[in-house]
Amino acid sequence: MSEPVVEVLKASKTFGAGEGALAALQEIDLTIRAGEFVSLIGPSGCGKSTLLRLIGDLTPASTGEVRLNGKPAAQARRAREYGIVFQAPVLMEWRTVQRNVELPLEISGVARAERTERATAMLRLVELSDFAAKYPWQLSGGMQQRVAIARALAMDPALLLMDEPFGALDEMTRERLNLELMDIWRRTHTTVVFVTHSIPEAVFLSSRVAVMSARPGRITRLIDVDLPQPREAATRNEERYFELVTAVREALHQGGADEATAAAEGLGTGASTGEGEEDAAARIRAEGYA
Amino acid sequence: MTRGSRLRRALPPLTVFLVVLLLWEFGLAALNVQQFLMPRPSVIVAALADQAHILWDATLYTLTEVLGGLLIGGTLGILAAFAAARWRLASEALVPIGIAAASIPIIAMAPIINVWFTADSPVSRMAVVTVLIFFPIMVNTMRGLTQVDPAALELMAACAATEAQVLRKLRVPNSLPYIFTGLKVATTLAVIGAIVGEYFGGPLAALGIYIKSEAYQFRYNHAWAAILIACTLGIGLYVLVLAIERVAIPWHTSSRQEVI
Amino acid sequence: MTTPVPASAPAQGPTLLDAVRLRRQEAVTSGLSRRRRLLAVAVALVLFLLAWELFKWLGGDPWRLHGTVAGIQIDYEHVPPFQFALASDLALPHIWSILGAFPAPYQRFGDPTWLVLVGAATYTFKEAFVGFVIGAGLGLLLGIFFVRYRILEQAFSPYVVASQAVPLITIAPIIVIFFGNAWTSVSLIAAYLTFFPVTVAAMRGLRSADPRAFELFRSVAATDRQVLTKLQLPASVPYLFAGFRIAAAAAVVGAIIGELPNGLPDGVGGQILQASQYYVTGPERLWASIVVAAALGLVAVGLVWLAERLVTRGRYRSAEV
Repeated sequence: MSEPVVEVLKASKTFGAGEGALAALQEIDLTIRAGEFVSLIGPSGCGKSTLLRLIGDLTPASTGEVRLNGKPAAQARRAREYGIVFQAPVLMEWRTVQRNVELPLEISGVARAERTERATAMLRLVELSDFAAKYPWQLSGGMQQRVAIARALAMDPALLLMDEPFGALDEMTRERLNLELMDIWRRTHTTVVFVTHSIPEAVFLSSRVAVMSARPGRITRLIDVDLPQPREAATRNEERYFELVTAVREALHQGGADEATAAAEGLGTGASTGEGEEDAAARIRAEGYA
Repeated sequence: MTRGSRLRRALPPLTVFLVVLLLWEFGLAALNVQQFLMPRPSVIVAALADQAHILWDATLYTLTEVLGGLLIGGTLGILAAFAAARWRLASEALVPIGIAAASIPIIAMAPIINVWFTADSPVSRMAVVTVLIFFPIMVNTMRGLTQVDPAALELMAACAATEAQVLRKLRVPNSLPYIFTGLKVATTLAVIGAIVGEYFGGPLAALGIYIKSEAYQFRYNHAWAAILIACTLGIGLYVLVLAIERVAIPWHTSSRQEVI
Repeated sequence: MTTPVPASAPAQGPTLLDAVRLRRQEAVTSGLSRRRRLLAVAVALVLFLLAWELFKWLGGDPWRLHGTVAGIQIDYEHVPPFQFALASDLALPHIWSILGAFPAPYQRFGDPTWLVLVGAATYTFKEAFVGFVIGAGLGLLLGIFFVRYRILEQAFSPYVVASQAVPLITIAPIIVIFFGNAWTSVSLIAAYLTFFPVTVAAMRGLRSADPRAFELFRSVAATDRQVLTKLQLPASVPYLFAGFRIAAAAAVVGAIIGELPNGLPDGVGGQILQASQYYVTGPERLWASIVVAAALGLVAVGLVWLAERLVTRGRYRSAEV
């Protein structure tokens, strides 16, 4: 098995203190190995974005530990070992597309020539080479988000954190960008942690899906997605894809009620395609879900 | 924007301008409005030519006051904003004071400032302008430095950017449109400030004093000529700031089109 | 592949993140921040007054305390070590001298100065109020028409912007002669300075409603008038009040400026002009007039703020224009 990139060890996060304290995450354990694509999915308020921020050391854990590449998360952040993409593109409106991609390189003090070279390569990767000299407002929402991905990859990070990156886009653009992201992931071998609330998206993209429940935020189920690689548009028509979508949905619905089962399974013993889920998948297919 | 659409945009305001001008020239005479109070445009232009020498001197004098004040007040306002954005405690005190200052008729300070720097010196009016524009510039700059997209701050944190890098690469560029907003307010205030300041004394070859003394002697055509210059000065400086803004931050201006 | 791009020296010192965390923590304790802010302002004001007196202590005019208090002979003389022109009693009176100007009689055996100044402030307030009502009404109408008819906006909005660049005080003496009545002309000047912020606020506010709400009104075939009164105007309330706040301050400035060239002695502007002419014999009175002018501005804006609270009563979010 490959090296662990992300190790979350009994990490909890509480906002505020005293009476008004809110337990956002409770004793999260999660290990993500190199080359994995892990989605965090759950209802709003389940702390999936908070977990992502814990991994990126954008907010400190209240208790427990988060390690990246074997280092404490804070140290990894200072060494700029991950790239991040938010739901909004967060582009600097005063910078051209090219210079937006260069921003993290500039901050790390990379020399100009190398900066240009890397940014150009990244823009080629997201197929936006023709737009390098444009300003963000001249691009569509989907294109802006691709620029954000190029920027996150500019540092050639071992880890890519994505916080509902396609949440604000229309379904068609989203599906196209999903395909592009798969392509980029294959070519860069980057480990990805991907927050989403779309079940089909999570199943299509991931090698593993972490299902979370709210109040307090916990990982209730880890589901291995054993769909063949590379994932293509046709993947969405495969029977196994529907089964997994159903499995994730069931896991989401059971949520808090299934706590005991999840614990018994030791949180993530692999794809649990129990009988019930099979039945549900069949039912949905019968109803003509596509 | 294409040339055709620009022309189409300019057409309605140009029409208004011509109609008003023609009404003023020929309509007021027909309505029997007192000519000496509000002379026709042609009379004003004649006065402009007639008084060209002293008006030129007066314009230069007042313009010096305005520009000097803009420079000093603008610099101080921006510096204060940076200091306030740097030290939270300072900003907590300065922001409410800046907002309160916007409610105070600061122009009332003009006579005292005239006493401080002696009324005969243009430095007096520069100081009036400085005091007048300090707070609008400071408050706007501070807004620009502090009202940054929180996600952009997170992005900077994810890149392990230092405070200095965040300032240089995020806060300062973010503040530029706000600074220009402040400057636009400041230019109009500056011209008003200089001319009101001159009401409390100064040499004759200054626009405010010239208008006051000519109106006092019922030479309204002369007064109107100077008023015309004062208006042109105010509008001209405003347009100048707009033009500089277009060149300096094209990424901001070209994505917006409204006048107001 | 797990090696990142040359991670140059890790960031030193407090990084941005600490600041972000700090802000988050403060957001949690925001209940305190209002009191803290008031305290900060109070401290700043005290520091300002202390600096004022320190400046005079260092470079002002000499003064002495002489007399008998409770049987104890006091004879103290302060001779400042420097002589700053700006710190003399003429340029910068002692704070207590300015405060002392308020109870002093305005004229020999006449009313105390504060009474005269409050009377002047009331007079100016009336001018400003009438100007504010006229200007705000005009500004709102302009905003409505500009939003409704694009051609009007295109034709007139450049002039509306340009009007603010016109140093109106220059025409003030002519306006006074034109209307004969000085009081009216001062109000008109106040109105002139008032309308612009209201127009801007109205335009932003009328356009601020959710586009889907416009579609909703369209779907029930609402008339233009219904869209205006039931959607656009209610939506623009917070914007309008933000505009009114700016306009109220502008109205006071307009009234004071308007009083200058026509020699009306009844208002604050007239008092300032008069006091500035007798500055050498009594600088405190000019300072006292300016303090009253500042208070007038704060009262005007405070009244709008109060009206906003009464009207909106927490139903709206506050807007910035």
